[in-house]
Amino acid sequence: MEVVFALWLREVKRYLRSRAQVVASLGQPLMYLLVLGFGLGPVFEKAGQGNYLQFVAPGVIGMTILFSSIFSGAGLLWDRQFGFLKETLVAPVPRIQIMAGRTLGGATTSLFQGTLVLVVCLLAGFRPHDLGGVFLGLLFMALVAVVFAALGTIIGAGLKDMQGFQLVMNFLVMPIFFLSGALYPLSNLPPALTVLTRLDPLSYGVDGLRGAFIDQWHFGVVTDLAVLGVLAAIFLALGARAFSRIQV
Amino acid sequence: MIRVQNLIKTFGDVTAVAGITFDVHPGEIFAFLGPNGAGKTTTIQMLTTLLRPTSGSITLDGLDPSARPLDARRRFGIVFQDPSLDHELTAYENMDLHGVLYHVPRKVRTERIQVLLTLFELWDRRGDRVKTFSGGMKRRLEIARGLLHTPKILFLDEPTLGLDPQSRNQLWTHVKHLNETEGVTVFLTTHYMDEAERVAHRIAIIDHGRIVAQGSPQELRQQTGTDSLEQAFLALTGTSIRDESAGSADQMRQMARMWRK
Repeated sequence: MEVVFALWLREVKRYLRSRAQVVASLGQPLMYLLVLGFGLGPVFEKAGQGNYLQFVAPGVIGMTILFSSIFSGAGLLWDRQFGFLKETLVAPVPRIQIMAGRTLGGATTSLFQGTLVLVVCLLAGFRPHDLGGVFLGLLFMALVAVVFAALGTIIGAGLKDMQGFQLVMNFLVMPIFFLSGALYPLSNLPPALTVLTRLDPLSYGVDGLRGAFIDQWHFGVVTDLAVLGVLAAIFLALGARAFSRIQV
Repeated sequence: MIRVQNLIKTFGDVTAVAGITFDVHPGEIFAFLGPNGAGKTTTIQMLTTLLRPTSGSITLDGLDPSARPLDARRRFGIVFQDPSLDHELTAYENMDLHGVLYHVPRKVRTERIQVLLTLFELWDRRGDRVKTFSGGMKRRLEIARGLLHTPKILFLDEPTLGLDPQSRNQLWTHVKHLNETEGVTVFLTTHYMDEAERVAHRIAIIDHGRIVAQGSPQELRQQTGTDSLEQAFLALTGTSIRDESAGSADQMRQMARMWRK
């Protein structure tokens, strides 16, 4: 337990110390929130869908957590290149503990980052429908963070260099974001897109966030919680397996 | 303590280690010498569970590291050839995290960290992040960290690379002391023949993935009819210079350096 905590603490410390990076990673969500939020607002309203800022804010929070979780997994790649990974791999500690500490640390820092974006959303005029919804929303944020931090670990364990990471970014992470319904409603889509959006884990996260914050559900709270819970368990197990096989 | 038989490691077409056999006795300081790219680090990586051998067998204190990696890891400590510190953490935090990973009790940890950081003259900088350290300071920290717990077997992979003579002297004095008082078995590699001559009980010389000679420093000198280990080494491995190709790790480091400036 002490080991898991120490490695968790390491991730949190690293996050808190890289203030420039924290600020920099606010840039992209802000663009989506403000430029798209206000830019698409009039069209969205004319289409009879209500306030777009309200609609897109939960999606932007989901996106922030997705990116920062996956990046925390890619931190494994940096640790590999800078050697610190070896230090943990030869330690007399079950690898599952090392994986757990890192992944939970990554999930925690993404949750921080998501909360920061939530605050920015609130400042920009986003209004959750009630306080209870905010707590449910935080639960969904935590679940999304764990799911994608674990996925990040699986990816990080398999990557050898930065080029590989670009590939993952463009062919896995970006599609996960764009297919999640973060930016548009999931109803009345062409059939192919409907199938793809249903296969996307983040769809359930974004739906949960949107449901919790502004009471607009597509799949429903039970489905969202169940899918994310099961995926978290599967990804953590696969992550542990991937981690136990790492060679330097 | 360490028994290696017919150990082979290939990466695709490249054979890094081509069937080596040797024994390291308990309480011995064993030097593993060879030119760049001879297979020293690959061998250490296999001994320390970081790589799985292609074939051959390893026994570490009676255990097979590929079958029971965790039990094997409980028995050794290692100082790596490449840097392996966390640059965002302070010197103290790096030491402390290592102590946690190796289950050193908190009280002992606090004491030993102070002793070791003082010994390697880093105590005043304990609160500074490692990324502000010079190359030599990082190296010293890495060695101090490797000595934080007392393993049965200590692996030192070119530990003195980039160290000043003072720190080198500290290191070897400390290692000899550990060996004599605690009976720690030491397996080391180095490019400095005088160091090997000074501390090692026995030496194996590896070249192109094969062991070309084994014995005490004296035996190696006699065997080659030379009067220093350096000359014996050159007689055994030739005078041509070897090149290692840059791995992806080196390329990344170069890239990272470019970004930082």
